[in-house]
Amino acid sequence: MRGGVARAVNGVSYTLNPGETLAVLGESGSGKSVTAEAIVGILDSPPGFIPKGEVRFRGDNLLALPEARRRQIRGQHVAMIFQDALSALNPVHTVGSQIGEMFRVHRGMSKADARKRAIELMDLVRIPAARARVDDYPHQFSGGMRQRIMIAMSIALDPDVLIADEPTTALDVTVQAQIMDLLAELQRERNMGLILITHDLGVVADVADKIAVMYAGRIVEEAPVHEIYANPAHPYTEGLLASIPRVDMKGQELYAIKGLPPNLMHIPSGCPFHPRCPYRRDDVCTTKVPPLYDVGPARGSACHFWEEVLDGSNR
Amino acid sequence: MGRYVARRLLQMIPVFFGTTFLIFFAVFTLPGDPVRALFGDRRPPQEVIDAIREKYGLDDPFIVQYGKYMSNLFQGDFGVTLQGRDVLDVLSEAWPISIKLAVAAFAIEVIIGIVAGVLAGLRRGSFIDNLVLVSTTIVVSLPIFVIGFTVALLIGLPLARNGILPSSGVGGGWRSYVLPGFVLASVSLAYLARLTRSSLSENLRSDYVRTATAKGLPRSRVVIRHTLRNSLIPVVTLLGVDLGVLMGGAIVTESIFNIPGIGRTIFQGIQNQEGSLVVGITTVLVLIYLFATLLVDVLYALLDPRIRYD
Ligand SMILES: Nc1ncnc2c1ncn2[C@@H]1O[C@H](COP(=O)(O)OP(=O)(O)O)[C@@H](O)[C@H]1O
Ligand code: SF4
Ligand SMILES: [Mg+2]
Repeated sequence: MRGGVARAVNGVSYTLNPGETLAVLGESGSGKSVTAEAIVGILDSPPGFIPKGEVRFRGDNLLALPEARRRQIRGQHVAMIFQDALSALNPVHTVGSQIGEMFRVHRGMSKADARKRAIELMDLVRIPAARARVDDYPHQFSGGMRQRIMIAMSIALDPDVLIADEPTTALDVTVQAQIMDLLAELQRERNMGLILITHDLGVVADVADKIAVMYAGRIVEEAPVHEIYANPAHPYTEGLLASIPRVDMKGQELYAIKGLPPNLMHIPSGCPFHPRCPYRRDDVCTTKVPPLYDVGPARGSACHFWEEVLDGSNR
Repeated sequence: MGRYVARRLLQMIPVFFGTTFLIFFAVFTLPGDPVRALFGDRRPPQEVIDAIREKYGLDDPFIVQYGKYMSNLFQGDFGVTLQGRDVLDVLSEAWPISIKLAVAAFAIEVIIGIVAGVLAGLRRGSFIDNLVLVSTTIVVSLPIFVIGFTVALLIGLPLARNGILPSSGVGGGWRSYVLPGFVLASVSLAYLARLTRSSLSENLRSDYVRTATAKGLPRSRVVIRHTLRNSLIPVVTLLGVDLGVLMGGAIVTESIFNIPGIGRTIFQGIQNQEGSLVVGITTVLVLIYLFATLLVDVLYALLDPRIRYD
């Protein structure tokens, strides 16, 4: 195996206000999970490390805080749910004890009280017969129910921010919608900030307030959700939108962005998207890294020719 | 679980008969003549040989010998050795000694093996980790008699000279079992440490440990509650097998440290072609292995809720 440093994430920055939903969109391997794990402070290191950056939470830079303080923020203020609830839950402990653990550790509650709270939370996320199932193990639940348990665990301490890393990718389509509805509802009720990580543009339209599109570990476009759907300002976003299956396109071939996402050990020079970009101008795009241009109120695009992309359709 | 255990106990019956049959067959077809072996170089009169063969039923067909042996066994009669000693007496003298040795070795294996494996697994690439890797590699690649003699000479003799630990025989109570226990445990200990290490570091990278960290749990809780228990599942399997193996005595270790246990007895039994002694010992060994594997399976289910037998 050859060693080397992969810049999994580079210059990513996003902001989230209370009660807001930010969707982070990108093909798999584009660095969405690494970014999320860096925010929560659970990036596996080694191999991962964060050479520079900051995560500001209510003004504090989390990355500069001592580990003990970060630990208090994790779970209590910033919580996370993962794609595969089956592997994300510990197989040898009951779901009740895994949910209740939040109260036992962070609130010093007794076992009996924590169990009671776990049942309440399981009710809240609409797990049928919560009282009877609290002592069951993760493998005894269906995929959707397991993700509900993850959600119950993550919202146990009423966090300010919930990061959901592809929470529905592993689920059936009907169950996906139910889980998204549940997340949206909990978020509204609790005024939580929600970072919804996904590679599926379809799921974000209804729930997100704004979208950050990631490519090769960078944010290439950032915009309020309706604007991005109406008029993307980056060729990559445009390609993603064009590749969503639509009812009125039945029978036609689905559009796909040509080429493959880059290997992070060898990110292309200049604009990392240039090998796949229909707007490319060889002289500029292959040499100059595009910054995140300000392209409108609360909008940014990392494309030298964003105006052209905004104006015309070159699909 | 109860029904599962009952079913397993029932399954042991054919296994028991099958294995004892095979052992009996193997011993029966050993080359050489046990009666001649008994007299060494001297050649006894033919009548004496005939009388002995008659007395031990050595001229009966194999299947008849096996049938007689089994029916005696179920009446608690393990037969007599060619020197006329009750096999059961020989066993009840030697086995407790081997069991003490096994207990000592098992304790040493569990304590040192798991502690070393956990320390190495928690800090991959650290000094401790490399120490564990190198020392276990050496131990598993050396033949057991090399380890045995090395320990006996380099550690045993100096300790014995200073009266700290005896290095031969079993006259010194539990202290007699420390060095031989260590030698007997060494190879299993090395495998156990490695298994613990890899199991632990694999679990540390698992998704549920990441979840536990994301929940804001203290590191100690993440390791103990969310990693150790899961990591110990394969470890317990290995320990169960080891327990069976250790209880069977140890030919080399018992010889080096002059311990009159079952390993030495079986060795002498094979040399002297003592059919009933060898078959008696192996019969008990089969039972020990069968119960050890049952114990492993039960422990497995207790540790891992995903495993249900009923
Ligand atoms: N702990 C880590 N440190 C650095 N890079 C990592 C780490 N874990 C994964 N990666 C790499 O980062 C890249 C982006 O991965 P990831 O964030 O999981 O993508 P996504 O979630 O968008 O599918 C991958 O190439 C992956 O191999
Ligand atoms: S900078 Fe050039 S290559 Fe990159 S997205 Fe814009 S047009 Fe395409
Ligand atoms: Mg991911």
